[in-house]
Amino acid sequence: MYVAVKGGEAAIRNAHKLLADRRRGDRSLPAIGLDQIVEQLALAVDRVMAEGSLYDTELAALAVKQARGDVIEAIFLVRAYRTTLPRFGYTKPVETSQMAIERRISATFKDLPGGQLLGPTFDYTHRLLDPELAEDGVVETPDHRVEAPEHTPRVTDILGHDGMIEADGDMPEGLETGDLTREPLSFPLERDLRLQALARGDEGFLLGLAYSTQRGYGRSHPFAGEIRIGEVEIELEVAELDFPLTLGRIRVTECQMINQFKGSSKQPPQFTRGYGLVFGQSERKSMSMALCDRALRARELGEDITAAAQDEEFVISHSDNVQSTGFVEHLKLPHYVDFQAELDLVRRMRGEHERRESENSETKEAAE
Amino acid sequence: MGNEDSSATTNAGEADFGRKAAMALLAQATVQEMKDFWAHWADKPQVETLRGPETGLVMMRGRIGGGGAPFNLGEATVTRATVRLGNGAVGHAYALGRSSEKVRLAAIFDALWQEPAYRQTVEDTILAPIAQRLNDNLEDRRAETAATKVDFFTMLRGDN
Amino acid sequence: MRAVTQVYEGGFSDAVFNSQKVFRALMDAMASPGRAIEIGNLAAAPSPISSVAASVAATLFDHDATVWCDKSITSSAAAIGWLKFHTGLELTSNPSDAQFALIGDLETMPSLESFAKGTSEYPDRSTTIILQIDGFNGPEELTLSGPGIKGTQGFAPSQLPKMFVDQWAANRGAFPRGIDLVFAGKGALAALPRTTRISKKEA
Repeated sequence: MYVAVKGGEAAIRNAHKLLADRRRGDRSLPAIGLDQIVEQLALAVDRVMAEGSLYDTELAALAVKQARGDVIEAIFLVRAYRTTLPRFGYTKPVETSQMAIERRISATFKDLPGGQLLGPTFDYTHRLLDPELAEDGVVETPDHRVEAPEHTPRVTDILGHDGMIEADGDMPEGLETGDLTREPLSFPLERDLRLQALARGDEGFLLGLAYSTQRGYGRSHPFAGEIRIGEVEIELEVAELDFPLTLGRIRVTECQMINQFKGSSKQPPQFTRGYGLVFGQSERKSMSMALCDRALRARELGEDITAAAQDEEFVISHSDNVQSTGFVEHLKLPHYVDFQAELDLVRRMRGEHERRESENSETKEAAE
Repeated sequence: MGNEDSSATTNAGEADFGRKAAMALLAQATVQEMKDFWAHWADKPQVETLRGPETGLVMMRGRIGGGGAPFNLGEATVTRATVRLGNGAVGHAYALGRSSEKVRLAAIFDALWQEPAYRQTVEDTILAPIAQRLNDNLEDRRAETAATKVDFFTMLRGDN
Repeated sequence: MRAVTQVYEGGFSDAVFNSQKVFRALMDAMASPGRAIEIGNLAAAPSPISSVAASVAATLFDHDATVWCDKSITSSAAAIGWLKFHTGLELTSNPSDAQFALIGDLETMPSLESFAKGTSEYPDRSTTIILQIDGFNGPEELTLSGPGIKGTQGFAPSQLPKMFVDQWAANRGAFPRGIDLVFAGKGALAALPRTTRISKKEA
């Protein structure tokens, strides 16, 4: 229960001033620029774009700066900003098969056409802190290998040729693509809406759930079929032109998880799939998304729903960190009246408890 | 659109293809490129703004499994403008991001491109340099990525 | 060239302030049913869309709006082109799917019953109909009462849909479901929200 209270304006004003001061920190140091954040904290920017569900590197960098590096606060800022803008339309689906690839690996096929391209990865680093990075040292330019562009077919298509794996996910004919930013979610959900929710879901939450499936809570025997990172083209159809317009390119990370499926009365055993697609370079998030996507298909595939990661209502209702932080943090708001009522209730219950106790001891004494 | 005259349709199709490519390049120009091209454009036309520049959102889509049914991935900022030149030619521009100035100038160049008298100049002095830069970047990235390709060696095992 | 560019002309000269002004007028109109609110001529669309109807469209319609237009409007490619370019609306051919409807000819419009009345859970998912009329000095004056009206309010639109009083009573009876009406006259607009009651003026 909320009751309007007045007061605290000066305190709030001064608190915000203090926040601005602490955000800026030591004035003898140069202020950090948005371009520096975009270039040098690129993966934080990517996470804010992915979970803020808004692709704009400069805005995400501004949010990171304004939030003092608190990523969830930054995501909140970006989400708030997007509500101020009109929607121009839905783009055509991005074609990840046409991606300008910057990294592409498969854990299932060593010799896949187009090769294993490691790209700018943390993998194989020794995870030793590098003191040289504390200084502004010279960074080598990367090596180049000039060769004719090679075709990089999707691993799932290679497996698909002999029916060993299910096709890309289809939805019933004529179904309008769900959009959780327009219609409130009502369970059960179709896979398109789940993927939208997962794509903007909290990386940590999805990572934990993904891990839980590996530890046996809804096990799905996953393999990282293919992960690719790179730029895709964005195209939009508009009323005034009769061809789709290219708006530019965005970087995405795609994960094709391949999972065992023992088959059903209708289908022979084959591999099934979980899919992850995330803004920016975010392998961990796209892999977690793919694992959760697969776990959440339990109902569709006729599997027993026994674990948290398979429970659609549980996963999707709690994956949004702006919602989560809003409800958890709202507990900071004044609940003076509620608490007063609770106090009265607990006092009354204690009174009754004491009365019962003393009555009990009296009857005991009387009995003795 | 038309079953009227097939040759006209083909021509329109080709023009659309050219314009689509031109608009794609303008969308990927930098604001500085647009400003420089405009500064060097002799004989600047009168420009009236019919819509925008205004910034909004597009909801971008992916496909389930990479090639299946569409789903909504997330939004991006987009800025658009529509202008009319003194001679009546209307130009449109849309681009990712929030740069009003870039998009207003891109709409002007789109209108100029549609004028047969200016098309070649727009293509040579504006579109070609943008295409060159984009292509250089792409080649650069590709070569950097190719240098990280894993070359597997078969380890000899056993007692030879 | 004119015919083509007609579609691109006539939007708000100042999108933010013009649309705020019209939105404010719509709020006032809904809050005071039957009262005509002046908005002037802020937008200009190709025939047959009037300036006030164009202003309301440019204010309320956007890419997320599903709109049904009557034949008087859909038969004009320029009018439809203008609406698409300036609002981004999505057209529907089914009045019961429409969030908004734009009516150019009240004589031939479908019954109010054909539009979306919303559901008990979401009564807001109903059609708001914009009726294009000549003005508010019609031959017949209706007497309005209900929320937002102190006592009664006279309302004399120059045109009305057929059997309007009966249709409106049925609409009122479905409350909280029901459609809402915006009348776009010359230079001014008025509204009839679903809460308003109509009684014909006693002679």
